[in-house]
Amino acid sequence: MTLLEVEQLTGGYGAVRVLYGLDFVVDAGEVVVILGANGAGKTTTLRALSGSLDAKGHVRFDGRDILHRRTEQIAAAGVAHVPQGRGTITDLTVDENLRLGAYTRRDRDVDTDIETWYAVFPRLADRRGQLAGSMSGGEQQMLAIARAMMARPKLVLLDEPSLGLAPIITQELFRTLGALNREQGISMLVVEQNASLALAIANRGYVLETGSIVVAGSADELGSNDDVRKAYLGF
Amino acid sequence: MALFFTQLLTGIQNGAVYASLAIALVLIFRTTGILNFAQGEMALFSTYLLWKFTDSGLTVWLAIIITMAISFVGGALIERVVIRPVEQSSALVIVIVTIGLFLAINSLAQVIYGSGQRAVPTFYPHHIWRPGGVIISSDTLVLVGVLAIECLLLFLLLQRTKLGLAFRGVSGNAESSRLLGVPVGRILMVGWGLSAAVGALAGAMAIPTTAGLVPSSMQQILVFAFAAAAIGGFDSVVGAVVGGIIVGVADALTIGYVNALHGIDLVVPFGLILLVLLFRPAGLFGSTHVERV
Repeated sequence: MTLLEVEQLTGGYGAVRVLYGLDFVVDAGEVVVILGANGAGKTTTLRALSGSLDAKGHVRFDGRDILHRRTEQIAAAGVAHVPQGRGTITDLTVDENLRLGAYTRRDRDVDTDIETWYAVFPRLADRRGQLAGSMSGGEQQMLAIARAMMARPKLVLLDEPSLGLAPIITQELFRTLGALNREQGISMLVVEQNASLALAIANRGYVLETGSIVVAGSADELGSNDDVRKAYLGF
Repeated sequence: MALFFTQLLTGIQNGAVYASLAIALVLIFRTTGILNFAQGEMALFSTYLLWKFTDSGLTVWLAIIITMAISFVGGALIERVVIRPVEQSSALVIVIVTIGLFLAINSLAQVIYGSGQRAVPTFYPHHIWRPGGVIISSDTLVLVGVLAIECLLLFLLLQRTKLGLAFRGVSGNAESSRLLGVPVGRILMVGWGLSAAVGALAGAMAIPTTAGLVPSSMQQILVFAFAAAAIGGFDSVVGAVVGGIIVGVADALTIGYVNALHGIDLVVPFGLILLVLLFRPAGLFGSTHVERV
């Protein structure tokens, strides 16, 4: 079942056009990765999807057109965007950040969910009363992901989750993301420079070059594609 | 010694008013990063409403509550209609817009209510005690009590409710709060509304203890409130309260002991602002943002 269907997506910043008509899909339960060099338009793509910038084209999510909705409405519809640089609110505690993640929910299971995510990320549980800004980059990235999950989203957009993290932390993070997808069936659209780690948990992927998709295929196909290997995997 | 304690109490009483208006400044600064120069005049207009209500025979405390409710709506509308269109502009543009608001609201108040002196009654009986020569006024006790209740309610709102959490989220990082589904625009409207209501309360605290309401009533109070917020740190409610009391007490003691400064006691808040900016630019309770990356 198609969860997210993007057709002819164009967009940019003011007069500067960044995206030149992207077409891609994310099926329910899939992890899809978008690879690309700096400036290819990866972050812009995610920002267009979450309504953070003006874009044109068609974006159908869960059967509804979401392109011209406001950011908070898109979030309420079930798209959780973990922005580049994590976006944790540094002067709120870990616990408060998680609670804020559940802002769109009206049910009474928020406390139970918080404990669930503390079980997935035990390091957050140890720091629940601590200000988010006092934690390390890796811990803040975990918090950003747990906070996104608090909304019980249908699709998580992850922008460079490995940015600024030590390799060992990055590996742990991707193991957790892979497990979340396999065990809970959470759909993800991941933008990532660390192609080998991203492809390891992905079902499919796209390669973005200066605002256009140049290669599309399954994770295995991309991993064995010579151009992709040379450009993004380094061997 | 009696003079000292009398002046100390007067200072605390005035300080409670400065603190209340400083809290109004802080509420807007925290969410939008705007120094609202119109805060005093918004409170002025609210106090004219209060006068109108009491003048037409409404019970004072009920009139205060109704005035605060109307001020909330008015503040929210000002955010939506006047501030939102310039929200993305430079700080200079926004400062000029709030100064424009200052002049506009003050003129509007004069057009509607005239420039005559309007007496606003207190909602409590006036009484003075004189134990050992120290003058203790019921004004002081009530105003400090009102400030304490105001702070308690604000604390509960900000720390214990979902709205308060969203408010603090938007203060910390509006973009990221928006991605979590927080309707940032609506929260900013609530912030301005809350600030206007708190300002209205400051007016209702200050004016009944003076000779009466005139169009310039809130201007000196605003200067003291700015000093209070600068001393406490512009993003801290606690700081606004402590700053307000410091400014009030410093001013009252100066007037009491330094005859040379009588009538030009605005020197005191400006002197205090200068000292704070020199030695602790973020204020006593303000946060300098430290972050591990």
